[in-house]
Amino acid sequence: MAATLKLEIVTPDAKVFSEDVDMVTLPGVEGEMGIYPNHVPLMTQISPGEIIARKNGQDFFLAIGEGFVEITGERVAILADMAIRAENIDEAQAEEARKRAEARLGEKIDDEESALVQAALAHSLAQLKVKRRQSGR
Amino acid sequence: MPSTRDIRRRIKSVKNTAQITKAMQMVASSKMRKAQLAALAGRPYAALMNNMLAHVSGHSGDFSHPLMEKRDVKKRAVILVSTDKGLCGALNSNLTREAAKFDKNTTLFVCAGRKGAQFVARTKRQLVAEFTYKDSPIFAEARSISKFVQEMFLKGEVDHVDVLYTNFISTLNQKPEVLPLLPIGEIRGVQAGVVGEQSSVDLEKSSDLEFLFEPGPEGVLGSLLPHYLNFQVYQILLEAKASEHSSRMVAMKNATDNAKQLIKDLTLEYNKLRQANITKELLEITTAQMALG
Repeated sequence: MAATLKLEIVTPDAKVFSEDVDMVTLPGVEGEMGIYPNHVPLMTQISPGEIIARKNGQDFFLAIGEGFVEITGERVAILADMAIRAENIDEAQAEEARKRAEARLGEKIDDEESALVQAALAHSLAQLKVKRRQSGR
Repeated sequence: MPSTRDIRRRIKSVKNTAQITKAMQMVASSKMRKAQLAALAGRPYAALMNNMLAHVSGHSGDFSHPLMEKRDVKKRAVILVSTDKGLCGALNSNLTREAAKFDKNTTLFVCAGRKGAQFVARTKRQLVAEFTYKDSPIFAEARSISKFVQEMFLKGEVDHVDVLYTNFISTLNQKPEVLPLLPIGEIRGVQAGVVGEQSSVDLEKSSDLEFLFEPGPEGVLGSLLPHYLNFQVYQILLEAKASEHSSRMVAMKNATDNAKQLIKDLTLEYNKLRQANITKELLEITTAQMALG
């Protein structure tokens, strides 16, 4: 019986996170879910938001983009297009990115580009959300 | 017998060539480092995605996605990933040799990179589309290629899609490889030949697990498969770029070394000739003096 979960978060640029944790909270497409060890095998999608990983009573926060999750009893593997640890988020930069994306959405752009901008907007919003909560406590 | 002036002129021109190849070598090596890092950074993601997809396709039950449909292969498409520029050693000729093995009449070529397109046009094969990709490939470029072939496949214009690209193994070693892309059946990694990059959990261990899907196999597969293809193409572009720059750097290094050797040989010859000339002149002077005296 596994007492911990191996959490792996991988983006196209790097392996962001790979550690044993006690619990993970993910923003699933159908609502937030908490994963404990020995969870039933599950495959799902996640939407941009916040990931909380608990390890030895300590919480780690990450901002995450769109992606897929594969959960087995002892392992949570996350494939995302973006992932940043809370301590690495630059709030000013994220805020700027959000403004830029919003301004861009106001203009007339084709579907392809609109999808890109939407994704960028979601990324910066996720980062801001995580950062704000951090500083709020 | 060339005169000293001829040799001097040749030395100068070889020197210029050496300078250019040296500069190209420098440029290629700095680009190579970037491209190699990018290719390596994408590998864990690709490995995990392969892993995931292997699970999904094994456990989705009766559900099958149109992109996974196997048909008799009447027409096939090949995505030929080559370079835009030459001067990169045998890379492109290795690729085209592989490309020539496909049946001329039943194969449609989709080219990324100008050199491949030129080959296809020259040999009168069927070219359906030509894409370009930049020095540091971006995801959107990969997506447009992958979208194009997915549409061809779904419309039934082709029954099988392969990718022919140069796999990056090391700076000195790149290998042209054919990778089946569609229909999605057996999942094979882009990074065949590279060990130690695989995800830590092996397939067998978790393959007997029964997966739940949320919001259902259709939803997950429906978005995972196209994303998988896009990413696969993206990773291939990265590998191809890393190969191109590595290969160019090595080719340019060889060229520079050759030029340097040539300069050395020519200088030796030049000095010999110069010395011979001086001796001859001295001889002439002394003979003249002796005749006078």
